[in-house]
Amino acid sequence: MSEAHQIDIHHVAKLARLALTEDEARRYETQLDGILSYIDTLTRYNLDGVEPTAHAMPVYDVLRSDEVRPGFSQDQALANAPKCLADQFQILKVIE
Amino acid sequence: MLAASSITTLRKGITAGEITPRDIVLDVARAIEARNAEIGAYLSWDVDAALAEAERADTSKPLGGIPIAVKDNMNVTGQPCTCGSRMLAENYKAPYDAGAIRRLRASGAIPFGRLNMDEFAMGSSSENSALGITRNPRDLSRVPGGSSGGSAAAVAGDLAIAALGSDTGGSIRQPAALCGCVGIKPTYGRVSRYGLVAFASSLDQIGPVTKTVEDAALLLNHLCGYDAQDSTSLNVEAPDFTAAIGQDIKGLRIGLPKEYYISGIHAGVSASVQAAIRQLESLGAIIEEISLPHTELGVATYYVLAPAEASANLARFDGVRYGHRSGSAGDLMEHYQFSRAEGFGPEVKRRILLGTYVLSSGYYDAYYIRAQKARTLIRNDFTEAFKKVDVILSPTSPMPAHKLGELKDNPLAAYLEDVFTIPVNLAGLPGISVPCGNVDMEGKSLPVGLQIVGKALDEATVLRVAHAFEQSR
Repeated sequence: MSEAHQIDIHHVAKLARLALTEDEARRYETQLDGILSYIDTLTRYNLDGVEPTAHAMPVYDVLRSDEVRPGFSQDQALANAPKCLADQFQILKVIE
Repeated sequence: MLAASSITTLRKGITAGEITPRDIVLDVARAIEARNAEIGAYLSWDVDAALAEAERADTSKPLGGIPIAVKDNMNVTGQPCTCGSRMLAENYKAPYDAGAIRRLRASGAIPFGRLNMDEFAMGSSSENSALGITRNPRDLSRVPGGSSGGSAAAVAGDLAIAALGSDTGGSIRQPAALCGCVGIKPTYGRVSRYGLVAFASSLDQIGPVTKTVEDAALLLNHLCGYDAQDSTSLNVEAPDFTAAIGQDIKGLRIGLPKEYYISGIHAGVSASVQAAIRQLESLGAIIEEISLPHTELGVATYYVLAPAEASANLARFDGVRYGHRSGSAGDLMEHYQFSRAEGFGPEVKRRILLGTYVLSSGYYDAYYIRAQKARTLIRNDFTEAFKKVDVILSPTSPMPAHKLGELKDNPLAAYLEDVFTIPVNLAGLPGISVPCGNVDMEGKSLPVGLQIVGKALDEATVLRVAHAFEQSR
């Protein structure tokens, strides 16, 4: 773990579904620690009571009517798949 | 050479019957074939498809027959869309047109050529592309900026008439500044993001990269508009932006944020911007000092929010539905981990890890919510400032283009170069970069960009100031 920010890089990499070599893990841990030290600028300001902003423009809960619309055909949807089988996406076996 | 012309000039030529869309496509293709090997602006281009479209082009339309080059993160049916990544380089072909591309086609334009970029738009030098180096046409030893480096290099190097870029923290404006062309990021929500491969959805916005301000206004006219397929698209009418072109700026109030003019700006950049301020004053604008007190928080806020959103957006690259799939995984977990490790480059991994960290249990409030609160303060700064002034002026980038490889091992130093552009995305405002001078470095003349930021939905004033300045030089 990094000293300043307690980054458990292996835990973070697992959450992110990224395989890292030991060399990469060390390098990213150091770099993230440096970037987070800079981000700590945010702790120098009192932000109590400030409303968080998720989007700059006020657009909320955009809904559309629940109607069938044209979409991709099965062939179109599968066209970019690295592996297909029987007109479906193929993944590795998950059930023994 | 037609490839060196503006859209406006070429449209006059087409209307007068002097040139045809085919002539233009052929000339742009010749320019690409002659110079792309050294500049590396394009990743791919399909001349035959563009010529077929040129034959069919409806020249009565406002962009009829004009080829527009596209950053390689916007879907155009049947074309590659690599995002500068190995993840999508192998065999991805876009199954549909992005919203912005549909608009371009409806106005008669021809999407032609795919432009290099930092991988998934993460970077400000285009060096993070996994698929090749793009060089600055003004000095081939230097970067073109980024992430829309291919867009700016193509337009400034006359390998394209105009291009589309995307801007999350400065990715249209900064490369336009560094290469010496015009780039505008519209108000968030003006241009549909449907079919733009998402980096940070609350910040991303598509915009034009052009040779002139007039072209930027014209192209923007045909990009804006509501799209039901983008849930953040604004349902507002866009004015005719070309109507703002040619109006004077007498009495217009221009704000200079005192926080922007302190330290860390290259002397040559500073001198060019100061000269631009005097020039605008001589045109009748009123210059006022303003304050954006939370400027210091911009980059830190951005490097929490953008990676957080990116880590979620890039979760879709799972090696199942599209993109790279590892051949060496033993189980499903390894399939995800290996496919992503093999497909993504170092900067993308760095930002996914950073984003995952700030969203993870125990850190969410300390980083993500805190950054969203800081975003509110930054936005409020602009709201207050725009009670006093009509536009805000700054350098686009504090530095001219750096050498290829110069900031390779220092990601934080590279992040800090976006200090003037990032707050504009956080606040969702329109901003343009227009050439305002040159800095002589090692015998080469490097362009400097002036950033003009306007109120939300007030691209017209931004364009009016940019045009008045451009024409007075």
